[in-house]
Amino acid sequence: MDVTITPRTILLAASAIGAGIAVLTGFGTGIGQGYAAGKGAEAVGRQPEAQGDIIRTMLLGAAVAETTGIYGLVIALLLLFANPLLRLL
Amino acid sequence: MITTTITVTWAIMAIIIPAFWQAARYVTSRPPTAVPDTLQNSIEFILDGITAFVDASMGAARRGFVPYIGSLAIFLVVANLTGLIGVRPPSADLSTTLALATLTFLNIQYYGLRAKGLRAYIKGFFEPIPLMLPLNIISSLALPFSMAFRLFGNLMGGSMIMGLIYRFAPLLVPVLPHMYFDLFAGLMQTFIFTMLTMTFIADAMG
Repeated sequence: MDVTITPRTILLAASAIGAGIAVLTGFGTGIGQGYAAGKGAEAVGRQPEAQGDIIRTMLLGAAVAETTGIYGLVIALLLLFANPLLRLL
Repeated sequence: MITTTITVTWAIMAIIIPAFWQAARYVTSRPPTAVPDTLQNSIEFILDGITAFVDASMGAARRGFVPYIGSLAIFLVVANLTGLIGVRPPSADLSTTLALATLTFLNIQYYGLRAKGLRAYIKGFFEPIPLMLPLNIISSLALPFSMAFRLFGNLMGGSMIMGLIYRFAPLLVPVLPHMYFDLFAGLMQTFIFTMLTMTFIADAMG
């Protein structure tokens, strides 16, 4: 197999790897949301009558914890579909 | 340039606005003694739900936000669920979500300014110490971006995964993922977006 390595090939490969690394932010998001959900379940167990408020607060916390993961996803999407680095070639 | 987003957004508006307009006219024209029918019950159910939601998040004194939050919620529900009929949801476009998040941002600043007064509003940027001014400005400017990217990322990610699933298994298999990515995630993101809007506005009003 004859593969010619041009700067473009390297850039595309690096971008794909970078996109993969970017979505690893999901680790933190998963831990954060799981922590929020776990604490929410604990709180409902302790005080079942406040379930509505607890779920609302939990979802708010989970949404905020999600932000970093979403940033990672946006970076990955940028690298894959609207790669700003390709213009430099 | 006419994109899918513009077409779908106008289609949604063309459905929602006349439908709710007519429904509201019909419901308000009925005598209060009349037995509620299905349409009246549905409209009252939606209105009661949104009012209870606003009451719980902002307090009953701020019911004036019900029309705005209600419109936002209804638009987002319909927009997020368009993925179910095979259309790319308008909320999977950064332009839509950034516009909605900008509205939230303007609401936060405007109502924060009006509720606190100019002095306290400006003073708020110097809390807790004056050195924090740049950070406070950045954090209030970053807010619409984080809200827009959250909605966009969820919907975009969902529709991309659905696209991949349709590519390798177009029959029957996508039903369950549709439940999760469109129904669950769509309704969840609607809830989160409206709730964050309300929380931030109520927070800015003190």
